[in-house]
Amino acid sequence: MELVCPAGNLPMLKAAVDHGANAVYIGFRDDTNARHFAGLNFNDKQIREGLNYAHDRKVKVFVAINTYAQPNGWERWTAAVDRAVDLGVDAIILADMGVLDYAAERYPNVNLHLSVQGSATNPAAIGFMHRHFGIKRVVVPRVLSLAQVAHLIEETPVPVEIFGFGSLCVMVEGRCLLSSYACGQSPNTYGACSPAAHVEWRDTPKGQETRLGGVLIERRSLNEPAGYPTLCKGRYDVAGELRHAIEEPTSLNTLDILPGILAAGVSAIKIEGRQRSTRYVSQVTQVWREAIDACQRNPDTFRPKESWHQILAQVSEGAQTTIGPYHRPWH
Amino acid sequence: MPTTSHSIPRLTLGPILYHWTREQVFDFYAEMLETPVAVIYLGETICSKRRLLRPEDYWELAERVAAAGKEPVISTLALIEADSELKTLQRICADERFLIEANDLAGLDFLEGRPFVTGHSINLYNQRTLAFLVQRGLKRWVLPVELGRETTAALIKTRPAGVECELFAYGRLPLAYSARCFTAYNRNLSKDDCQFCCGDYPDGLLVSTQEGTPFLALNGIQTQSATTHNLLSVLPEVTQLGVELLRISPQSTHTAEIIQVFAKTLAGELDPIEGTAQLRNWCPSALSDGYWTGKAGIATA
Repeated sequence: MELVCPAGNLPMLKAAVDHGANAVYIGFRDDTNARHFAGLNFNDKQIREGLNYAHDRKVKVFVAINTYAQPNGWERWTAAVDRAVDLGVDAIILADMGVLDYAAERYPNVNLHLSVQGSATNPAAIGFMHRHFGIKRVVVPRVLSLAQVAHLIEETPVPVEIFGFGSLCVMVEGRCLLSSYACGQSPNTYGACSPAAHVEWRDTPKGQETRLGGVLIERRSLNEPAGYPTLCKGRYDVAGELRHAIEEPTSLNTLDILPGILAAGVSAIKIEGRQRSTRYVSQVTQVWREAIDACQRNPDTFRPKESWHQILAQVSEGAQTTIGPYHRPWH
Repeated sequence: MPTTSHSIPRLTLGPILYHWTREQVFDFYAEMLETPVAVIYLGETICSKRRLLRPEDYWELAERVAAAGKEPVISTLALIEADSELKTLQRICADERFLIEANDLAGLDFLEGRPFVTGHSINLYNQRTLAFLVQRGLKRWVLPVELGRETTAALIKTRPAGVECELFAYGRLPLAYSARCFTAYNRNLSKDDCQFCCGDYPDGLLVSTQEGTPFLALNGIQTQSATTHNLLSVLPEVTQLGVELLRISPQSTHTAEIIQVFAKTLAGELDPIEGTAQLRNWCPSALSDGYWTGKAGIATA
């Protein structure tokens, strides 16, 4: 099972390689990828250096071009595919059927992965993408239970990658428009959920307020921790009760079910967090490398070390972690 | 309103997104057959646990719709995870009497090679995706709801011959899908023991911000906008672009009146501003149309 780690810049890429990643995924500096944040991502010179660094150490580099192109700007997506191919990356991670069609037709020998943003959650959907675009891997959205993941792997010829750790999307990726509803920009159209330019923080007598596109998405007392301001993790009024109507400010950690993930035949496990720090990537990659190696050696007796959990808890967003949708009661 | 060569768009009735009783559903469609909608979409698109109507019931309704001189389209589940859901979808798609709307990519797999429709939850964002799906049999597409005027115009301009464009023109916006049932979650019930509590909210469970602004509406695994998206306010512009169909999404009350307002406005018998004022009285909280002009969906022009 491959460990796929995030890199938002060159130091992060090197850190992931140094700490045991089998593959690193990156993006270009524009809205063609789903971590379109200021100051993040790579230019061609940095990618070449990163590719050399990774390839010298037998680590792969994937480029995510996983947002949805509209007619106005279409050429940016095809140009991104051309660039990724020219640079010689190991795979391109795509979501948009039009972009997939372009890439598959023009570059039949390049490895295409279906991004989590491509929203394929069942064998028929994956089969359709495989038949037409020859995808070599599918990253499945965070909606399936572990039993469903195992069944999916039996039913599809395409190797399956899952998210193992990091920030937790509650909605099917590629099919969530909450961000554009509040502020006009979504992961699909812009490459970011709740983009920073639309977020306002303000201290008021009632507490610290977070607004997205002017909509009040959270108000907390000053001693409560503030998380990344995604609107699905704020507190709202539901039938007169103040509550986390969609999800608590929690993040995903599947370390406890690693033997099950391995037994299911998962081909790759992905760490979320291209927008995080070099320290984050170093620590998370190292813990997951050790855990995967230990679990592969002795799957029956594998138990996560307490020190691993402590390290992961320190870098997790929000106060708590969850196995999330892999565990049925979460649903 | 400038004259154009485009014909007046036909009105369509989207699938019922909520968990209404069987009786309510049949009464609703009996009423809808008398309205000026040209197309009626039928089927459960949200939750596979909702089984008050089976595929057979929807086929029977489809026969009635056809007998009334309207076009029935069978609409399918928007999120396919479980094997049982996939098998049901396969069974629905094996029936070739009626046109079918795919709402999950799985539908494309089963429908490829014959005429089909893609719903708003299929990510058709550009001309290449459109051309690709037309080659597979796409006959009509419903634009993803976050896309607006600019993309509609560009797609219509470059589309292959024979494919129709439908816009989600009125209703609470379908914004997101999840593995989690949010209605059950907010009632402190598990999804496996949901007690069909979504049936208590015939237009969704309202979520307001901490300062009391209606924001979202929860409908099982679907999250909708609390505001009602309304393109009536920009109808002349929509008509000019050459859009063929306008979808009205069912709500538990006033749907027939809403359809009448759209029909009258399209016929030039009612001013869009005045029509919009009437719609404001019938929508569950407030109207919005920001997506049309590329703004936040919650905004109004």
